[in-house]
Amino acid sequence: MSADRREWPLYEVFVRGKRGLNHVHVGSLHAADDAMAVRHARDVYTRRNEGVSIWVVRADAITASSPDEKDPMFAPSGDKVYRHPTFYDIPDNVPHM
Amino acid sequence: MNDEYAGDSSQWAFGTGFEDPLAGVDTTVPPGVDPAELAAYCLMLGDDALVMAQRLSEWCSRAPDLEEDIALANMALDLLGQARLLLSRAAAADPGVVPALPEGSPVPAEDALAFFRDAERFRNVRLAEVENGDFAHVVVRLLLFSVARLALLERLRASPDQVLAAVAAKGVKEITYHRDWAGRWFLTLAQGTEESRRRLEAALDALWPYQAELVAPHTGFGVDPATLRDEVDVVLDQVLAVSGVERPDRPPLSGTGRDGAHTAALASLLAEMQVVARAHPSGRW
Amino acid sequence: MTTTPAEPEALEAAFEATIARHDRIEPRDWMPDAYRRTLVRQMAQHAHSEIIGMQPEGAWIGRAPSLRRKAILLAKVQDEAGHGLYLYSACETLGVSRAELTELLLTGRQKYSSIFNYPTLSYADVGTIGWLVDGAAICNQVPLCRTSYGPYGRAMIRICKEESFHQRQGYELLMTMMRGTDAQRAMVQESVNRFWWPALMMFGPPDADSPNSARSMAWGIKRNSNDELRQKFVDMTVPQAEALGVTLPDPDLRWNEERGHHDFGEPDWEELAAVIRGDGPCNAQRMAHRRAAHEDGAWVREAASAFAAKAGAR
Ligand SMILES: [Fe+2]
Ligand SMILES: [Fe+2]
Repeated sequence: MSADRREWPLYEVFVRGKRGLNHVHVGSLHAADDAMAVRHARDVYTRRNEGVSIWVVRADAITASSPDEKDPMFAPSGDKVYRHPTFYDIPDNVPHM
Repeated sequence: MNDEYAGDSSQWAFGTGFEDPLAGVDTTVPPGVDPAELAAYCLMLGDDALVMAQRLSEWCSRAPDLEEDIALANMALDLLGQARLLLSRAAAADPGVVPALPEGSPVPAEDALAFFRDAERFRNVRLAEVENGDFAHVVVRLLLFSVARLALLERLRASPDQVLAAVAAKGVKEITYHRDWAGRWFLTLAQGTEESRRRLEAALDALWPYQAELVAPHTGFGVDPATLRDEVDVVLDQVLAVSGVERPDRPPLSGTGRDGAHTAALASLLAEMQVVARAHPSGRW
Repeated sequence: MTTTPAEPEALEAAFEATIARHDRIEPRDWMPDAYRRTLVRQMAQHAHSEIIGMQPEGAWIGRAPSLRRKAILLAKVQDEAGHGLYLYSACETLGVSRAELTELLLTGRQKYSSIFNYPTLSYADVGTIGWLVDGAAICNQVPLCRTSYGPYGRAMIRICKEESFHQRQGYELLMTMMRGTDAQRAMVQESVNRFWWPALMMFGPPDADSPNSARSMAWGIKRNSNDELRQKFVDMTVPQAEALGVTLPDPDLRWNEERGHHDFGEPDWEELAAVIRGDGPCNAQRMAHRRAAHEDGAWVREAASAFAAKAGAR
């Protein structure tokens, strides 16, 4: 693709909702460097006071297990973590209609 | 209407008390404080915040990236919140500052002050009102503004007026972030590319003459901004040194927005900001 | 890797079984190419709509008639930027970058919701958009929280939580204006008249003319048909309009006891087709605005990348 070759790298964001809880994956964003990623995470993912602490990590620094080792189509892509893995918690208050 | 999603209201942008920013707050003016002086001081700081928020919000949907769009809106929202509290404080301290509206108008005092005063009655610094430029311009404007405002709010946390002290305490946290955002972008643009450095220096040059107004003397109630001059200079010099940018050699502009002597930019800013409110002086929103 | 290649049929069967159990497909699972393509198209179009959707309301932030309304509107439009961001991120789990998607939007190869090609002419439009447009969006989006693709569903959950604030603030603005002056009441009615039909069109063409719908439903990407959702929206909105004291501009709108639903008139599908083609009142303006923001920001994005590279090298 001819699009912006200088696109800022993708970061995964983890937020600790309150003291005593784990950091939970909440989503991702783009930033030029780690410091900017933390600021962006604060602005994007804690606009409504959802967190007391933030972790950010470059998506390409994550190593993930293959979902199914018998699956050859995706065995080679174990390092492509822009296909982010799934640490999301689904909130309890989402109704199943 | 989807009540099931409301859940815990603390996660929403607006909690209780959003209608009247000073709901439930004791607004009695402390003994020994002149109400008119207190009101004048709050108007000055409130107008700074309001006019800055208006300029910052013009960036909405125009930022270089979605993440920065959200960041700029956050800062505008912080300043808008400060403006509401400070204008309400001014009105509560001295109702005489609030413009008269038609009999029975439901417009609250903060809005009467924001939407029904003409430019010459605004007390903001001119740095806040000049027209937006490129991204370097908003970075420099925010840097100059937040360095001075943070120094001031830090002192005002000990204000004899409890309302102002509380507003300052909240504001310190917000402006600390704004200063950090602007400082980091200043450094980034200074050392990024040739173009970013050129644009940054141009913005700094254009805005520098407005800087002195932020630390001009003020007599009467409140912390005198002039007493913060050295502190502000030290911080600015640090940012400039780290970024490898020269302090511009440009004299301060004469006159001051604090006396109502504004640039033409304020009148056009207000013409837009006030147009709907003024068309409906008895309207409810 | 030493694993033996699985048969394509086995992979497909595993995929179908996951869908049949109403379980979620996750980014690293095998999926049919057409499923991936459909998802990227739908999520990207949705993301673009959030971003372009900032403009019609964003135009009124500067003119909001009270400081409270200014804060609410700015926070709302800011949320839409966040929604776009969440959805672009969901697309990125399928290996398509935000930069590529932006390029597709700016070159007109991907679309956004036609509703955002209508102009906003008064402050009442801020209320009407919140009530009807965000309301219609919620009807579309709540079922998508259960969509078969995990990252899409999770983005939708976050979005739906925020959307309910959007709809409420809009409805509350209209209610407040209806308690105001005659001029304000007239403004509300005029605005509702303009947005009612475009809002109905947000659910897309009638099921009979929606060729991709059936497959999307079979895959659990879509959970309800266009016509079902449109009906649901009408049924939900009619009592809200009554409570508000406005009329909806449809002479055929009435309760049908037998069906247990409201009957309503046919939207002008020609108009929808024209707006999608690019002949809506504001298509050119919306794209120009987006393009200018993107191009004006290029030097900033480059500077930050260059700075990060230099800092990394030190
Ligand atoms: Fe949205
Ligand atoms: Fe929305």
